[in-house]
Amino acid sequence: MPLAKRIIPCLDVDNGRVVKGVNFVGIRDAGDPVEVAKRYNEQGADEITFLDITATSDDRGTILEVVEQVASEVFIPLTVGGGVRELADVRGLLNAGADKISVNSTAVFKPEFIKEASGHFGSQCIVVAIDAKQTHFFEKGDCYDRWEIFTHGGRKQTGIDAVEWAVKMAEYGAGEILLTSMDGDGTKAGYDLKLTKAVTDAVNIPVIASGGVGNLNHLVDGVKAGGADAVLAASIFHFGEYTVQQAKEAMRDAGIEVRL
Amino acid sequence: MRIAVVDLGVGNLRSVKQAVSTVAPNADVVLTSDANTLLESDKIVLPGQGAVGTWFSELQSRGLEDAIKTCLDQKPLLGICVGMQALFDYCEEDGGRQGLGLFKGSVRHFSNFHQVVEASENPPLPRLKIPQMGWNQVFQLRDHPLWNGIEDDAYFYFVHSFCANTAPDSDLGVVYGGADYGHKFIAAVGRDNVFAVQFHPEKSHDNGLRLLKNFTEWNGQAA
Repeated sequence: MPLAKRIIPCLDVDNGRVVKGVNFVGIRDAGDPVEVAKRYNEQGADEITFLDITATSDDRGTILEVVEQVASEVFIPLTVGGGVRELADVRGLLNAGADKISVNSTAVFKPEFIKEASGHFGSQCIVVAIDAKQTHFFEKGDCYDRWEIFTHGGRKQTGIDAVEWAVKMAEYGAGEILLTSMDGDGTKAGYDLKLTKAVTDAVNIPVIASGGVGNLNHLVDGVKAGGADAVLAASIFHFGEYTVQQAKEAMRDAGIEVRL
Repeated sequence: MRIAVVDLGVGNLRSVKQAVSTVAPNADVVLTSDANTLLESDKIVLPGQGAVGTWFSELQSRGLEDAIKTCLDQKPLLGICVGMQALFDYCEEDGGRQGLGLFKGSVRHFSNFHQVVEASENPPLPRLKIPQMGWNQVFQLRDHPLWNGIEDDAYFYFVHSFCANTAPDSDLGVVYGGADYGHKFIAAVGRDNVFAVQFHPEKSHDNGLRLLKNFTEWNGQAA
């Protein structure tokens, strides 16, 4: 019996509201996070991810409240990310009801933080989020493609290769990789399958594909062509185009093991 | 009725307490690391996440080992994840250590079991992602009040890198459920007033809530 592939609706939360951007900018309101999470729980979501996309210190209190409210009504795993800088932040979110904590920028500036956090709380609750964008580099006059990671909600370029970074983070104790293609995000053109495949082949921890889902075939592709263990999507669920249940049926019909 | 959720300062304790409170709205559900509170409670939930070494050192530093042993003898007790693993003879994690020894067998890293299986089988097994993180089906090996209303092969949520298996001379009558991830392992184990699961019922949606509800209604008898 293979492990069921997970479908994870993602709630980008800004100032207490679920929002959805396109290529990380251009925001549209998608409702109250508690109501949205309850809806996905009822539809059979396997997990819910909250990302505090602005994560200023003012928002921190808001996200803790949101996590507490959701955790009291939704009995599936909750991953929370955005603005996690210290072990105390991890502890605070876990105490509020999060099951897994997603770390992005802090991992880049302080890779040792992933060792510390996974050593202290266990790899199972430390997710490293990677925002990657296709870039080019020149070597001996030839141009090559690669994926480079960005931090600060996609605003800062780092020069770090995404695939090498994923391998390093797995070695440092990350329990899972949340891999977002910034080129795809919000475009509805599908996941960056080459990027997804490159990362899933390189690491031995679960990988969540994210960024760019526009229809249910994209979810199927993420698993079949990308090799992802879980598929994350936001706008196709938020604006009522598809239910989580429909997504699962489409995956099952494509021969993918899902929890129905 | 008072149900104590043992607080060792690690893992998603709030989720466990919340889920138990939801299925037993009239019960007094407390999160505690006080030995007397445990001894005075009617039922005990023993959760755990993360490393088993940390779990045991927290147990000892809070002076709870004797109280837990007393509860294991006397009260309906539900172990979850590391709270199940700790009940076996031996846990390989963190350099290896003795467990509480309620069940014969050992808890080992998936890849170590995997190598043993792989060496003896052809073709080799597919690559395993570790930790096992996600929804897997649990096959029920014998009836138990905690399985009431839960179908065989129901999905539960697992997150773990280490898994339990019995010793060659084990009493297989204690194994109530199994799951398969590269190889079969113990998903549920029980004896007298104790039942323990590798998965997270508090995160397993309707099936998990049903199991927790069954626990809150359980009289502590296996049959």
